[in-house]
Amino acid sequence: MATQQRFVDWLGDLAEVMAREQGALTDLDSAIGDADHGSNMARGTAAVADLLDDEFADTATLLKKAGMTLVSTVGGASGPLYGTFFMRMAGPLAGIEDVSAAELGAALRAGVEGVQQRGKAEPGDKTMYDAWLPALEAYDAAVAADADIAAALEAAATAAAQGRDATEPWVAKKGRASYLGERSAGHIDPGAASTTLLLESAARTLR
Amino acid sequence: MKKLINDPNDVVVEALTGLAAAHPDHLRVDLTDKVVYRKDSPVQGKVGLVSGGGSGHEPMHGGFVGLGMLDAACAGEVFTSPVPDQMMAATKAVDGGAGVLHIVKNYTGDVMNFEMAAELADADSGIDVRTVVTQDDVAVKDSLYTAGRRGVGVTVLLEKIVGAAAEAGRPLAEVADLATRVSESGRSMGLALTSCTVPTAGKPTFALADDEFELGIGIHGEPGRERKPMAPARELAEQLLEPVLADLPRADGQPVIAFVNGMGGTPLLELYLMFNEVTQILDKAGVPIARSLVGSYITSLEMAGCSVTLLAVDDDMIGLWDAPVNTPGLRWGV
Repeated sequence: MATQQRFVDWLGDLAEVMAREQGALTDLDSAIGDADHGSNMARGTAAVADLLDDEFADTATLLKKAGMTLVSTVGGASGPLYGTFFMRMAGPLAGIEDVSAAELGAALRAGVEGVQQRGKAEPGDKTMYDAWLPALEAYDAAVAADADIAAALEAAATAAAQGRDATEPWVAKKGRASYLGERSAGHIDPGAASTTLLLESAARTLR
Repeated sequence: MKKLINDPNDVVVEALTGLAAAHPDHLRVDLTDKVVYRKDSPVQGKVGLVSGGGSGHEPMHGGFVGLGMLDAACAGEVFTSPVPDQMMAATKAVDGGAGVLHIVKNYTGDVMNFEMAAELADADSGIDVRTVVTQDDVAVKDSLYTAGRRGVGVTVLLEKIVGAAAEAGRPLAEVADLATRVSESGRSMGLALTSCTVPTAGKPTFALADDEFELGIGIHGEPGRERKPMAPARELAEQLLEPVLADLPRADGQPVIAFVNGMGGTPLLELYLMFNEVTQILDKAGVPIARSLVGSYITSLEMAGCSVTLLAVDDDMIGLWDAPVNTPGLRWGV
């Protein structure tokens, strides 16, 4: 069962991770995008971290506020996509004090569906959705096999990393990278990389 | 990285502060929401024109705010689209009761953020918002397999022409239809001779050897589709214009506005030289040039290179093009 404090830990950890990894994310983005993904994510997650001393009625309220803050500070395509993820994640958690593994699974599913709707991406388009979808499936499978939150998130993070790595040889069909056509092949998708970092952070902090 | 900056994170706000200080009679700048406003907005009864996008394309868009063009421009971080809060603030501030037109370049981030802003504006304030998405870049194959053609040079011509229509008091539906017609009537193609350096990244986005250029670039320093051996200007002009002419929807004898745009690091000397090549190619192809524009209007920081835009025009569009405009980046007839 994850308390609100665990979610606070997650969002704080996420800001540290993005600050640390922003150069690496921007390098990935320079190869097939426009060299701003790392700085955008670092700016947005830092703004979320600034919220964490405030008090929130429940975890859902915290996540909704985090999502709105990302929409308001990240910009680019990542702002609406990550912002939508957290705002939608809040829905199934409304009023829940201690979040169970199954409840977190429902929240993740709502968030990932939001990402898909906002970005209109399909599997194999070489976007962050290629990390989100396998992560969600791995999480659900782990919970079905009675895993706790920590173990299920471990499985999700591992699946996200595999999804991220799988994007490398693909030709991008969405976002800035799609303009490169065949030349987008041979590079990992930056969004799939930041999604993997987000899930690895969750696996470290939510339990 | 050697740039005239203080801190990479402060570039946009400090530049906006300078823009406000340089044009105190015509502009007002909200540094919190990073929106540049026409000083006398909202103009009652006039359709409000709001555009915006990443910074680094100056003078677009903030430099096109003023009489006869935009009412507000939202400035994102460098090469990053603005966020919905900025567009919401701008939309509310410029609504003079006649509704608001959002002018959006077709980039995933810009489209998503403006989409969210329009959803919020509708739910929140009931302001009538229409949207036009520019998508004139012929370098991009317009198919299901990309995010569609990028909005590039036509955006500038559209903001001028549609801005004049709004200034003349035309209603929102008419202004939006005109915007769609202009957007569909123009085609562009660009090339880069060098990369640019995004301040927060601190190093060039891509590397180009001295003897090669990148054909079909967008406006964010993102590499284009093809890297080719460097050639004389005449051949570069042909490589830019051939796909533009092949795709330009245009009736026999219909004139064009011809626009040679610098990407930020190319001097006017070379742009006029390129325009000379463009006029010769168009002359040979039997395409009359009704009006022309040469200069750096939609840039990519200090990138060397240029783009060519052709817009097939009718008499109405030419009249609106000639109408007075008074902005930091474009000014005539006043």
